[in-house]
Amino acid sequence: MIRFEDVTITYAERPVLADLSVEIPEGELCLVVGRTGSGKSTFLRAINGLVPHFSGGTLAGRVLVDGRDTATHPPRELADVVGFVGQDPVAGFVADNVEDELAYSMESLGLSGDVMRKRVEETLDLLGLAALRNRPLATLSGGQQQRVAIGAALTAHPRVLVLDEPTSALDPGAAEDVLAAVQRLVHDLGMTVVIAEHRLERVAQYADRAFLLPEGRIGGVGEILTTAPVAPPVVRLAQVAGWEPVPVSVRDARRLAAPLRARLPEPEPEAIAKTETVLEARDVVVRYGEVHAVRGVSITAGKRERIALMGRNGSGKSSLLWAVQGSGKRTSGTVTVKDTDPRTLKPAQRRQTVALVPQQPSDLLYLETVAQECAQADTETGRPAGTCRTLLDSLASVSQDAHPRDLSEGQRLALVLAVMLTGAPEVLLLDEPTRGLDYPAKEALAEVLKNLPTTTVLATHDVEFVAEYATRVIVMAEGEVVADGPAREVVTSSPIFAPQVSKVLGPWLTVADVEAAL
Amino acid sequence: MKLHSGAWWLWALGLATAASRTTNPLLLGLVLAVAGVVVVTCRANTPWAGTYGVFLKFGLLIIGLRVLVHALLGGVTGPTVLFTLPQVPLPDWAQGIRVGGPVTAEGMVFALYQGLLLATILSCVGAANALANPKRLLRSLPAALYEVSVAVVVALTVAPQLVASARSVRRARQLRGDTAKGARAIRTMLVPVLEDALDRSLVLAASMDSRGYGRTAGISRGDRALTGALVLAGLFGICIGTYGLLAGAYTGWPLLVAGGVLAIAGLKVGARRVPRTRYRPDRWTPRAIGVAVSGVAGAVVLVFSADPALSPSTVPLQAPELPLVPALGVLLALAPVVIARET
Repeated sequence: MIRFEDVTITYAERPVLADLSVEIPEGELCLVVGRTGSGKSTFLRAINGLVPHFSGGTLAGRVLVDGRDTATHPPRELADVVGFVGQDPVAGFVADNVEDELAYSMESLGLSGDVMRKRVEETLDLLGLAALRNRPLATLSGGQQQRVAIGAALTAHPRVLVLDEPTSALDPGAAEDVLAAVQRLVHDLGMTVVIAEHRLERVAQYADRAFLLPEGRIGGVGEILTTAPVAPPVVRLAQVAGWEPVPVSVRDARRLAAPLRARLPEPEPEAIAKTETVLEARDVVVRYGEVHAVRGVSITAGKRERIALMGRNGSGKSSLLWAVQGSGKRTSGTVTVKDTDPRTLKPAQRRQTVALVPQQPSDLLYLETVAQECAQADTETGRPAGTCRTLLDSLASVSQDAHPRDLSEGQRLALVLAVMLTGAPEVLLLDEPTRGLDYPAKEALAEVLKNLPTTTVLATHDVEFVAEYATRVIVMAEGEVVADGPAREVVTSSPIFAPQVSKVLGPWLTVADVEAAL
Repeated sequence: MKLHSGAWWLWALGLATAASRTTNPLLLGLVLAVAGVVVVTCRANTPWAGTYGVFLKFGLLIIGLRVLVHALLGGVTGPTVLFTLPQVPLPDWAQGIRVGGPVTAEGMVFALYQGLLLATILSCVGAANALANPKRLLRSLPAALYEVSVAVVVALTVAPQLVASARSVRRARQLRGDTAKGARAIRTMLVPVLEDALDRSLVLAASMDSRGYGRTAGISRGDRALTGALVLAGLFGICIGTYGLLAGAYTGWPLLVAGGVLAIAGLKVGARRVPRTRYRPDRWTPRAIGVAVSGVAGAVVLVFSADPALSPSTVPLQAPELPLVPALGVLLALAPVVIARET
C-alpha cells in the first residue's frame, strides 16, 4: 500500500531521512518508533506528500501510495487515498461544528449530497460522536477533538490513515477511546494505519509491526523495540528478566512473569520522612463564571517533596497550579509559602518564591538566542551573571547561539527550567512537562527534578513518568482531591494510574527498582 | 431544521433600512423592541447567540457619544438653553466652529434621535449576527467565490485565536516576573504571539491541503478572465445603479438590473468548473422566504411612506407621534416569532 524506494529527504543540505526503503502492506497497523528529531514526522508527512510539496526540501527516490507517486501528486490529489491527522488537531480544524468538520474533505472531493450525509452518519457512529454532532468544536474535550479530527480524515474513505502523536495530549481514558476507535478501523475496515507516538506504552500492544527511525528497520514490535533507544517499560522489564519472545502488552508480560515474581523480594516500604512544611494551601476555590474549576482543595507540601498531580483533562489541575502560584485566579482560600501569600508579592518576587512552568513553555521565551534568554533571566532575578547559564549546563547541553525555537522539546524545557530556577524558588510547579518528550528525555527530566533542592509539584497524565519521579501522588476529579498519599500506594491501587511494571509485578513501580532488587 | 442564514440577514437588513428612514424615537423604539423579541424567541443555543448583548451595549455607547459630542461642539441650536459650557476661544480662521458654549434642549434632543437611529441600525446587525452564524452565510456564497469565502472564514477564526494567544503569553510573562511596560512589553508579547499565529496558519494550511482544498481547481485561463470581467462589470453596474437610486433618479433601475444580471452570469460561469459540493446546504424553504419577506416588507413600507411624523421636528421641539402605517410595517417584522420559532 505504501512503498518507499531509496528515499532521502534533505532540508537545507542536511539529510533528515537517508536511504529509506520500506513497504507497508494493506491492512497493517504500523508503529513508527524513534527518538525526538529522528524524522518520524517527516516520514509521516512524506506519505501524503506534505513533504516535500508543502514543507520544501528535496526528496530523492520514490514514494508510492496506492500506486500513486507523491512526486507528481500533491497532498490535495492524495486526499482520497491518505487521511492525515497532525499533532495539533485543533489548529487543523477548518469548520466550527462537528458535522461540518466531518464533511469538509468530502466537499473538497466533490461527493454528492446523499453520499456525504450517509458517510457523516457512519463516521459519527464509528467514532462514538453521534451525541456531539451539533457541538461547536471549541467546546469539546481533547479526546473528543482528536476523534473528530480522525473522523474528518475518515469520511473521504482513505485507504491509509496517518496519525502523528494522536494520544500525547490526552489523559489515559481519552487515549484509550481514541486507540479503540483506531483499532476498530484496522479490524473492521481493513485500513492501513501508520502511527507515530512517544507514549509507546499506550500503542505498542495494538501495532502489527514497528518501523525504527532513523535506521529504517522494520520488524515485529517486540523485536524492534528491544533494539530501539525508546521502549515502553514492559519491554525494558522483559530485557531485564530475559523473557523471549519479548512481550509488548501487559497481558503477555504477566503470563511470563510468575517466575520473576517469585524471585523478587517484597519491596521495602517507603518511609516518607516528615519534612518542614514549605507550601500550605487551604480551601482553594477557583471559579470562572458558572464553572467551578477547583472546589476547596487543601494541600501541604514538605521540603524536597516531589508531588504528582493527576486526574482527567479538565479536572482542575492547571487551575490549581496557577492559583497556588498566585498569578492565576483564586476565588477564595489561602496559600502560604514561607509565611507569605505569593499573591501579595510583585511578579518578580513571586517567581522567586513559587515558580510555574506553564503548559506551553515556549510562551516564556521571546529572545533570539539561548545566551540572551539566560542573561535576561539573570537580570530579571538580580542574580550574578552566569547563574542561569551554569544551571542550564547542569541540566542539558544546549548551544549558546541556538534560537530557542530551534531547540528540541527536551532542550527547550531544560532552558525554561533553568530560567525559572535562576530565581531559586522554594516551590517549583510544572504543568504537563512531559508532552513531546521521549523516554530518555523523560528519564533525564526525572533525574533533574530528583536532584533539585526545591519542592516540586507537577501536573501530568503520564503514569510512567509519575512512577519514576513522584514521592507523593494527589489525584483530582471535578475540582476536588479524591486521593492523596505515597506514590506507590496511590498508583498501584488504581488500574488507570498504575504504571506497566506495577500491572505486571504488583507492588513494583519502575524497571530500575526491579533491576536493583535482583 | 435551521433556516437559511441569508433569510435572517435579509430580515435584519430590511429592519435596518426601515430604521434608517426615520428619526422618530417611538418608531425606532418599536424597531428595537421587534428585533429584541425576535432574537430572544428565535435564537438557537450557539456561542455567537450571546453577541446580541454586546451590540446593544455598543449602541448605548454610541448614543452617549453622539450626545456628548453634540453638547461640546454644538450644531443644531434653539431657543431653550439648558446650561452654558465655558467656550474655548478659537482664532478667526476657525470661524463657524465652536467648542463649548450654550447647550440647548433642541440640540440635545436632535443628537439623541440621531444616536438612537445609529444604535437601532447596529442592533439590527447584532440581531442577524445572533440569529444566524455569519460564517454559515459565507458558506452559501456562489461556488465561484469559494476560495474567497474560505479565506474570510479562516481570517474570522484568526482574530479570536490571536486574542487567546496574547492572553496566554501575557499570563506566562507574569510568571517570569517580567512587568515591562510600553514599547518593550509590546515587543516581548508580539514575538511569541506572532510566532504562534504563524505556526497555526501553517498547520491549518497543511491540514486543508491534506484534505483536498483547491483540488483540481483547473479553471482555464480564458474562463477565469471571463468570470472576472463579468463579475467586475456587474458590480460596477450595481454600484452606479444604487447611486442613481439613492440620488433619486429612477434611471438607476435599469443599471442596477443589468449589473445584477452580469454579476450572476459571471458567478455561474465561474461555478461551472469547480468540482466542489456542499454538505447540507442551507435551503430557501417557504419559512425562510417568509422571514426574509417580513423584514423587507417593513423597509418597503417606510421607504415609500411620506408620513411627516417619520422625522419629528426638533426646532421647535414637538412631542413625536407614532405614525400608524409605518408602525404597522415595522410590526410585520415580528412574523418570524410565529414562522421560525426554534422548537
